[in-house]
Amino acid sequence: MSTSPPHSSVTAVSATGERTGHPAIEFVGVRKDYLSHGEAVPAVKSLDLTIAQGEFFSLLGPSGCGKTTTMRMIAGFEDPTAGKVFLDGQDVTNIAANKRDVNMVFQSYALFPHLNVLQNVSFGLERKKVAKAEIKRRVGEILEIVSLTGMEKRQPKEMSGGQQQRVALARALVNHPRALLLDEPLGALDLKLRQQMQIELKRIQREVGITFVYVTHDQGEALTMSDRIAVMNNGLIDQLGTPREIYEKPATRFVAGFIGTSNLIDGEVSRVEDGFAVLDLGTEGRILAPVPGAVVAGQKLEVSVRPEKIDLHRTEPAGFTGSVLAGTVAEVVYHGTSTNYAVTTSTGSDFVVFDQNANDAEDVASRGERVFLTWAPQHSYPIGV
Amino acid sequence: MNRVKRTLAPYLLVLPGGLWLLLFFVVPMVTMLSLSLQQGDVVNGYRFTGHWQNYVDAVTDYRTQMIRSLVYGLVTTVVLVVMSFPIAYWIAFYGGKRKSTYLFLLLLPFFVSFVLRTISWRQILTDDGMLLHPLKEAGLLSPGFHILGTSYAVIGGLVYNFLPFMVLPIYVALERIDSRVIEAAQDLYAVPATVFRKVVFPLALPGVFAGVLMTFVPASSDYVNSAVLGSSSTTMIGQVVQAQALANSNYPMASAISFTLMAVLLAGIFVYARLLGTEDVMKAAAR
Repeated sequence: MSTSPPHSSVTAVSATGERTGHPAIEFVGVRKDYLSHGEAVPAVKSLDLTIAQGEFFSLLGPSGCGKTTTMRMIAGFEDPTAGKVFLDGQDVTNIAANKRDVNMVFQSYALFPHLNVLQNVSFGLERKKVAKAEIKRRVGEILEIVSLTGMEKRQPKEMSGGQQQRVALARALVNHPRALLLDEPLGALDLKLRQQMQIELKRIQREVGITFVYVTHDQGEALTMSDRIAVMNNGLIDQLGTPREIYEKPATRFVAGFIGTSNLIDGEVSRVEDGFAVLDLGTEGRILAPVPGAVVAGQKLEVSVRPEKIDLHRTEPAGFTGSVLAGTVAEVVYHGTSTNYAVTTSTGSDFVVFDQNANDAEDVASRGERVFLTWAPQHSYPIGV
Repeated sequence: MNRVKRTLAPYLLVLPGGLWLLLFFVVPMVTMLSLSLQQGDVVNGYRFTGHWQNYVDAVTDYRTQMIRSLVYGLVTTVVLVVMSFPIAYWIAFYGGKRKSTYLFLLLLPFFVSFVLRTISWRQILTDDGMLLHPLKEAGLLSPGFHILGTSYAVIGGLVYNFLPFMVLPIYVALERIDSRVIEAAQDLYAVPATVFRKVVFPLALPGVFAGVLMTFVPASSDYVNSAVLGSSSTTMIGQVVQAQALANSNYPMASAISFTLMAVLLAGIFVYARLLGTEDVMKAAAR
């Protein structure tokens, strides 16, 4: 085993997370099967992934997509069936959890119920035989970062969910791990507190400069906090990219549907003009979508368009050169900052349109009215081409 | 009307159990307390005279048996903790889907009478029984070696008979430990021995505490194991009470000894609880 002595490995990590130039975490051809009734069921089918030093990286997906298994393989709680896991360039595939320089914030916090805050937070440093004075200094420092100074003697059961969350965070961060793993850490908090903690987590991550790997099924959370997101589905990464890329350019139908709201149109390309595919729907309108050169007329095409990109009109706009689609308003829902319309169209699916209530709060159209939806050509995004 | 019903409901629900306790616990206790202060003999009957001498006699005459019982109870309890923890641990963490089967197996001997089981131990331990005979034949033990009639036999019997009462509470405590707390300890660099010492054991202490209460008290006042497996040199206080009450019909003495034993056990348990209240034990173990 090539780990340096525990003491020095602690101090070797600079506060900014700078290291040897290796990526913080690397998965190479990793697969993980679980045995269920004597049969191997894949939880993670094939994973090649590189997470950079100091990155806020999210694994996003519905339950059962393999994101938690992926995280547990980083922590060392699960052994890959095949492939290798590297931490900071070092192969840790066969290294036990207690020898890995990563720490985890558990979904239910998993604080030691018989220990107070101070003892909980000191636990890791004591195991590493860090000097008493040094432990005291570092625990004091981290408790200040998570705003728990003065609560050292509290028992976990005497604290609120939000405070327990901070203890769990401090208990992991105080060790200056190579990476901090967070397993749906905000899931048990109410909405207000969750939003507050999202901002707080982001601040803490900037302050300590440690790589964060964040597992969540909440797409909003992943979008607001992450540098990069891996969207997982059925044991595979469907798309890997920045929040903006994933939102604006969903690579698969699954990503388009899972991240935010998408309107999807299945159609056949009528012709290609100036790099835009045109899906002609006759009197019902036309859809324009930017496509690479390989797309030709007659080809099937799936197009996604976000609800906030769409304008709603009562009369057909004259001279508009973008996408136009006719439909009937099925539902109008007032949301305060916006009004949401569900519009039945000839494409078969209901379109969702978010109309910002910026200028006046009057509804553009009411239920049963015939309307026209328009959006700029570049706001159509063709999936999978 | 409804309000009256609702106010009365808890009391009405407590009533049957309360009456039961009053009749079969409080009344005999008071009767016994009164008996312990009576004087007389079985022919002319006993009369209440506030005769404190019974207690003095109980303590002076039967001090040896009293201390022996407490020592046996203590040794039994310690052996039980050491033996039960691995059993409970194994069932709780490695029992898988068969946990209830293992617990059932643990309780299976209880379907046979306590006395019968102890007598069967006697069969096994007897001087030329199935255990010692082959060993003596093989020359591994001297022909004069015996277990029956010694403290070892009595404590062995006590441990055997009370084992489930220690295993079950420890099992329940271990079962309640969140597996993620154990993972958290591993994540924070604890080696398996440290995980046990710093997390699993402290969290199982309430179970150990309950197990000690459930075994120390009945083991100390037991009279069957010593009677069946022991000899005159292993006489326990329970046997003395039995003899005084049933053989000598000296009810005042039997009652006085019983109350003395009860007082000693209560005091012991109280001190134990105060010194090692589970909360404090957990904190102490965590250090």
